[in-house]
Amino acid sequence: MEEDFKVIDNYLMIRMPEEIDHHNSVDISQRADRYIVSKKVGNVVFDFERTTFMDSSGVGIILGRYRKISCFGGKVYAVNAGNRIRRLLLLSGLENIVELIEK
Amino acid sequence: MIEVREKKDYRLVTNEMRLEFAAVSDNESFARMAVSAFIAPLNPTLEELSDVKTAVSEAVTNAIIHGYGNRGCITDRVQMNCELKGDILQVEIIDRGVGIEDVDRAMQPLFTTRPEWERSGMGFAFMEAFMDDLEVVSSPEQGTLVRMYKKIGLGGWIVSEE
Repeated sequence: MEEDFKVIDNYLMIRMPEEIDHHNSVDISQRADRYIVSKKVGNVVFDFERTTFMDSSGVGIILGRYRKISCFGGKVYAVNAGNRIRRLLLLSGLENIVELIEK
Repeated sequence: MIEVREKKDYRLVTNEMRLEFAAVSDNESFARMAVSAFIAPLNPTLEELSDVKTAVSEAVTNAIIHGYGNRGCITDRVQMNCELKGDILQVEIIDRGVGIEDVDRAMQPLFTTRPEWERSGMGFAFMEAFMDDLEVVSSPEQGTLVRMYKKIGLGGWIVSEE
């Protein structure tokens, strides 16, 4: 799990798991927050390359990190988000919060 | 107690299953896999499969974290009843937890009783978006029943029309 978190400059890169649900979302959020605080990173990048399933818990992870970093001018990004994940983000009104990056 | 087993007309029912599992978060993925396997014979499209899995995941998560307050008690139970009438899937997720006082308010997007848990408040909205129909029956201290319907195999129908 620890190798899925990487700090590059001012960005925390998180490789999201295959399935994102309530069961593992708490752990991801807590780990991310530890990096945000201890490494003082301003932005968070979520990589959905591996992800085949996500429910509203994933939305909670993104929204929670956004709230933590946006007051300091930080941004959240999503890379490798397939149609399914894009649709979930759109339905949750996150399209103005998360910047989608095409590879 | 929420009445679940009313007198039922079985004439149109083509398949049925009932599951009961402990209200612990490990079982969220178990419930998703079980419902996927149940509808597999209908040849659902990937999209339909994702829709059903997401909706079931939301309902089961709600039962575990809101119904039973996320206490992880092994004797708390969530029931999942699935039924097919031809290509119409009905899923019921039932808990005997705290219940919902105001169902309409709970179903509003972004509403959450637990802002400190970083829930998105999108659970019911996702169930509504991904299933064809959604009913919620609940009463305080009795529990909650979520009943969802979806027609499966629409993909095959579209292909054969073309």
